[in-house]
Amino acid sequence: MSGPSTYNPKSGFERWLDARLPLPRLMHDTMSTFPTPRNLNIWYTFGGILTFCLAVQIVTGVVLAMHYVANANLAFDSVEAIMREVNYGWLIRYMHSNGASMFFLAVYIHMFRGLYYGSYKNPRELIWIIGVLIYLLMMATAFFGYVLPWGQMSFWGATVITNLFSAIPVVGNSIATWLWGDFAVGDATLNRFFSLHYLLPFIISGVVGLHIWALHVPGNNNPLGIDVKSPQDTVPFHPYYTVKDAFYLVCFIILFAAFVFYSPDFFGSPDNYQPANPLVTPPDIVPEWYLLPFYAMLRSIPNKLLGVIVMGGAIVTLVFIPWLDTSRVRSCRFRPLMKQFFWAFAVACLLLGYCGAQSVDAERFGVPLVWVARIASLYYFAFFWLIMPVIGLIETPKKLPASIAQSVLGDNAATPAE
Amino acid sequence: MQLKTHASRLALGLALGSALLAGSAYAEGTDTKRHHPKDEKFSFEGPFGTYDRGELQRGYQVYKEVCAACHAANHLSFHNLDEPGGPEFSEAQAKALANAVRIQAEPNDKGETTDDKGVPLMRPGTLADHFPAPYANENAARANNSGALPPDLSMLVKAREGGAQYVYSILTGFHEKPPAGFKLAEGKYFNPYFEGWNISMPPPLTNNGVSYSDGTKATIEQQAHDVTTFLAWASEPKMEERKRFGFGAMVFLIMLAGVLFMAYRKLWKDQH
Amino acid sequence: MAATTSDAGTRRDFIYVASASIGAVGAAAMAWPFIDQMNPSSAALALGSIEVDLAAIQPGQQVLVKWRGQPLFVRRRTPAEIASAKAVDVASLPDGNARNANVADSAPATDANRAIKPEWLVVKGVCTHLGCTPQAATPQIPQGEYGGWLCHCHGSMYDTAGRIRKGPAPENLAVPPYAFLSDTRIKVG
Repeated sequence: MSGPSTYNPKSGFERWLDARLPLPRLMHDTMSTFPTPRNLNIWYTFGGILTFCLAVQIVTGVVLAMHYVANANLAFDSVEAIMREVNYGWLIRYMHSNGASMFFLAVYIHMFRGLYYGSYKNPRELIWIIGVLIYLLMMATAFFGYVLPWGQMSFWGATVITNLFSAIPVVGNSIATWLWGDFAVGDATLNRFFSLHYLLPFIISGVVGLHIWALHVPGNNNPLGIDVKSPQDTVPFHPYYTVKDAFYLVCFIILFAAFVFYSPDFFGSPDNYQPANPLVTPPDIVPEWYLLPFYAMLRSIPNKLLGVIVMGGAIVTLVFIPWLDTSRVRSCRFRPLMKQFFWAFAVACLLLGYCGAQSVDAERFGVPLVWVARIASLYYFAFFWLIMPVIGLIETPKKLPASIAQSVLGDNAATPAE
Repeated sequence: MQLKTHASRLALGLALGSALLAGSAYAEGTDTKRHHPKDEKFSFEGPFGTYDRGELQRGYQVYKEVCAACHAANHLSFHNLDEPGGPEFSEAQAKALANAVRIQAEPNDKGETTDDKGVPLMRPGTLADHFPAPYANENAARANNSGALPPDLSMLVKAREGGAQYVYSILTGFHEKPPAGFKLAEGKYFNPYFEGWNISMPPPLTNNGVSYSDGTKATIEQQAHDVTTFLAWASEPKMEERKRFGFGAMVFLIMLAGVLFMAYRKLWKDQH
Repeated sequence: MAATTSDAGTRRDFIYVASASIGAVGAAAMAWPFIDQMNPSSAALALGSIEVDLAAIQPGQQVLVKWRGQPLFVRRRTPAEIASAKAVDVASLPDGNARNANVADSAPATDANRAIKPEWLVVKGVCTHLGCTPQAATPQIPQGEYGGWLCHCHGSMYDTAGRIRKGPAPENLAVPPYAFLSDTRIKVG
């Protein structure tokens, strides 16, 4: 589908450059004329939105690093100085902290879209797996970043997450100590986390490059999940998707701005405005919202090692999805059974997130939430390891349309659109 | 549960301070979960809310005359007092306020930091100085407050669940009657808006405990309202700038979205 | 049909240009906070003034204090130093401007325009060539040929009024804004 390049250098300089560094050709072929299915809906705009999020985090992060001090005695005060003394420091820091939440919001929508339309299936397995890797790197980066303000949640979050490694038999405690560089989370830990927090986004950028490269080999999947068969099925990426993506991006920025300007601490915890105190754990320690489903899984298992394995397994499972799904049809639009299980899966994830946010012993309507979390966790794993393979074999998919063009343009498909 | 065990393992035996702070005496069978904060209204709420200058200036007076005796406000500097979006004292007023406090002086030419009698050398404050803390360190603060640590006030409103309403409720919540059978711990005060209902802070405000120069009647409620506004500003001194910037950004973004939507519709009209 | 197509084409072009321009304006506006954050913070600006006690400084002695992160020379000049500074013909100076924040921008570099009180010379200890700190001359250890300062980096020589006399530096040592709070106390900035 990439096909031969259609780039035609116009000026002498463009020809000169093209013979030496064909960057304009790359841009032209991937962002301008790239044939893109004409039926991509709103959920396909999140790839562009995520690129924006990454850029915002890197730019604001580099700026914050100009003022931040990675020292256990000074970190908290330096963040407050950014908020109070640095020109527009409040804006840049609130963009960065809310930007992390917006990044995860977008990545979850992006992932669920991929799941629903079967974007992980042949020939796009690697795009999906690279995506899972990006997600993992994002979680690591977000975790390191959350530690840096050195508030109570930062400190105790770091303590709890690094203690997960102590669940590993035999070497666990040595690994935890190695991660800390001390007998507990402290100055050494803060410094290495800052270093890694600065490094990882650039690694993410590189892996995002691979993600997009891999995408441009088979081209985009689409809501119908059928292959592009003729030029009729596609439109050039520019201007059709540049303009569409731009519109939805601005809508997303409006949501982002609403948080930054009018509810900047919505996703935060008041406890993180108290300086880290290694002697006192806050009564309710909860991770950031985007990690809550995994936190709920961890808490629902009454065994340290097993809990960590389940939590890790929930993420590792994602890598195997391309081969766990046995259906020959990609899109859930044509999979009546799978569609229902998919939505049940979405509900299970939301339930897990909800349970993770409540205290361990909470009950709702007389039901202990720990049991809700257990059932939801069970469904999470069953969805991938049992339902996906089995449904693919027994389900009768609906009839697929003949082509994208016919589905979108109806009977007029035969006549050119313009 | 497991996570908390890990976390608390590190804090093993060292939670003494928090126990003293939170108050550890619970009456048998009484649910001492803190009451929901009072629904006090503040001028700085909502997308267009701003701080009331009068409240901020009076609040600063309450802070200085009452709270500052025990509580630090480390993140505030005197130059904040004349900056836009705050109490907006004039520069001369802010300088006078700074000059009135004594700050530990830098070592003199002989390298001394104390005089012959061991009294620390002091100098008048400047606009660049942070608000001085009432105690030299945490241990001194605890020793002077029967073991409890008066929290730093410069972040308090943001650092407490319930924010301004919570702080206001604590300040005005001392006069409620404890339920029958509730036993107050030794040296503590009853306040149902505080977790555990036992608070180490004695009731700080009294009617006419301060005298306002602008003629406002200094009731406990008025003082609590003023000082809470001041503390809200102390937590979020750039709030007004943020909301103003945000309004411009929103108007701009909605305009841009409108134009892009038209471009998008126009472009795609014939494509589906 | 052709007419409506071209009409639609124009409107389409307009809406593209409009959205691209509005977007560009927004991006440009958003750049400002990211540029301005590198300017001195309000805390740094509040530190902009210091007070210096003059009581302990002996004639012929110079004290070095830090002002806005840079060295500041406060020198109590001897009568001989004042006399030698006053004797110089302003027209012969490489830089004829007073470079004094307390007098008019165009004021000539007479000794009277360099010091508010002749006994006290207050100048920034920053060589106007490339920013090194010049060494002060004392009666025992001369620095340069003019009794004032010598910058060891590139050999600029200043006289006892802090005026450039020889070497690559283009300007006289700058006099910061300062005022006498009392006979023995100045406030700089």
